Amino acid sequence: MSMKETPRFSEKRLEEIRALVARYPGPQSALLPVLHMAQEDFGYLSLDVQKHVAEVLGLTLIQVREVVTFYTMFREQPCGKYLMEVCTNASCMLNGADELVRHMCDKLGIKVGETTPDGMFTVTEVECAGACSGAPVVQINNVYHENVDEAYIDAFIEKASKEDAA
Amino acid sequence: MIPSDPKQVTQICFDRIRIPDQRRLEVARANGAYSFLPTVLNEFSSEQIIEEVKKSGLRGRGGAGFPTGLKWSFVPRNTGKPTYLLCNADEGEPGTFKDRDIMRYDPHLLIEGMIMAGYALGVRDAYIYIRGEFKQEAEILNEAIGEAYAANLLGENILGSGYSMDLTVHRGAGAYVCGEETALIESLEGKPGRPRFKPPFPAVEGFYRCPTVVNNVETLSTIPAILEHGGDWHAAIGAPNSAGCKIFSVSGHVNKPGNYEVPMGTSLKTLIEDYCGGLKHGTVPKAVIPGGSSAPWLTPDHYEIPLTFDDLVKAGSMLGSGAIIVMDETVDVVKVARRLSHFYAHESCGQCTPCREGTGWLERLMIRLEAGKARASDIEVLRDAAEHMAGRTICALADGAAAPILSMLKHFPEEVRARVVEKAA
Repeated sequence: MSMKETPRFSEKRLEEIRALVARYPGPQSALLPVLHMAQEDFGYLSLDVQKHVAEVLGLTLIQVREVVTFYTMFREQPCGKYLMEVCTNASCMLNGADELVRHMCDKLGIKVGETTPDGMFTVTEVECAGACSGAPVVQINNVYHENVDEAYIDAFIEKASKEDAA
Repeated sequence: MIPSDPKQVTQICFDRIRIPDQRRLEVARANGAYSFLPTVLNEFSSEQIIEEVKKSGLRGRGGAGFPTGLKWSFVPRNTGKPTYLLCNADEGEPGTFKDRDIMRYDPHLLIEGMIMAGYALGVRDAYIYIRGEFKQEAEILNEAIGEAYAANLLGENILGSGYSMDLTVHRGAGAYVCGEETALIESLEGKPGRPRFKPPFPAVEGFYRCPTVVNNVETLSTIPAILEHGGDWHAAIGAPNSAGCKIFSVSGHVNKPGNYEVPMGTSLKTLIEDYCGGLKHGTVPKAVIPGGSSAPWLTPDHYEIPLTFDDLVKAGSMLGSGAIIVMDETVDVVKVARRLSHFYAHESCGQCTPCREGTGWLERLMIRLEAGKARASDIEVLRDAAEHMAGRTICALADGAAAPILSMLKHFPEEVRARVVEKAA
């Protein structure tokens, strides 16, 4: 979307939000789920998006801001088309997660937390994903990939790059 | 089928978990799900259910091990306020991945347990607070809940019993501390997840300041079997003061990591050798974290320890969530402790000074130690900081942060000393 366009939820989303709010004793309870929706719809939570969410739920901007900044899944900056989140906590570390992160960063020519210049891939480290029997675990756009090794990641990156070029 | 002879019972929550398509209501029902629910709703009184759960000896499976029936009995009646039931599915304690399997393979077991618990507590609105990363699991739960509503297992007048309950799945957004029950409540109210002072306890003042019960997924999933077979039946399974079965999530340096449900009292060695196919290298682990990353470490002296609440406390640790992280002889214990110190520094909510400042100090000192740049005096600062955090904060996160550091210092002093540099002459 262009810089000037103000982000707005669709009518269908607003209806979904009204139904959601009705399931709680108070509208503020719907804040986390609505921020998830906003991130899905708008890619990330810009200040304008946060203002819109505050307006829709009847909250103050600071009530929204303190939640956005507290929870790690909420992003205030855009990320790549493929957000690759590698768990590097104990069990994944014992199964080669650090080496995997290094390989991914070397292959893509970026550092942890950065996005490739073509806007395709972002690599981050995250805390325990709760899937330790499949260590090391990589979440790619919120889908769990388990027992990931270098060959698996190479194949994924190649396939994703090819699909994008097509 | 779970045997009615308690001596024959080897698993409870995982009894039907390997049945293909068990997540679908039709399949779950064909295998016995919801079969005892009408009896509970029509013939059991609230007091009777709470009494059975008390008798069962069931203790919370999320980490603290508090007796479930006792927790339920603290809920005041006739306050004029609604009572809420919250399922804690914010599975985030490093090493833990058991609730995920219940939710994605047998969601109706959890839903059935919640209906029974909700009925016993007089709950109209119940919520499952699931960690935000479990998006697929939340979708599976929502599908199962949709099926349950369509079959009148949820909503108005469940199966004609006169009892009504609504159930909503609520996704968190990435904050370990929200697994602490009062932080979970804050988060469900749409706020940052900062733990509350206790008392008042949630049973009296919880969600929207109303009576609230927060129970773990595995705890609630045990309720249907307890009510069907009786509290005495459950109490006869497992070990004294540790009734029932427990799911252990085993990960790290074992050949077959995974979730294994076994009767309480099964030994650590049996679990690792008979269930997990032994260690990747060597025969005896160098260190084991027995109850999630916040539990103090065990060493080979305790390899044959029976896995019960009491035995682990006696060994200076805790059963916690049942997450067992195994480290074989190849492990760098300093590196593991450094990584965990980063976790706690990242996840501290920041409201208590000892935790907010202490976790940062621990991480900075551990980075220095791992890099071989720490002086002997740094080790004393590390110990001092860790010892002054535990027990001095609103929640137990600071205790969890101290555990790996103090364990490393206690059990592996030579490895620590080998990393220390002497002051330049």
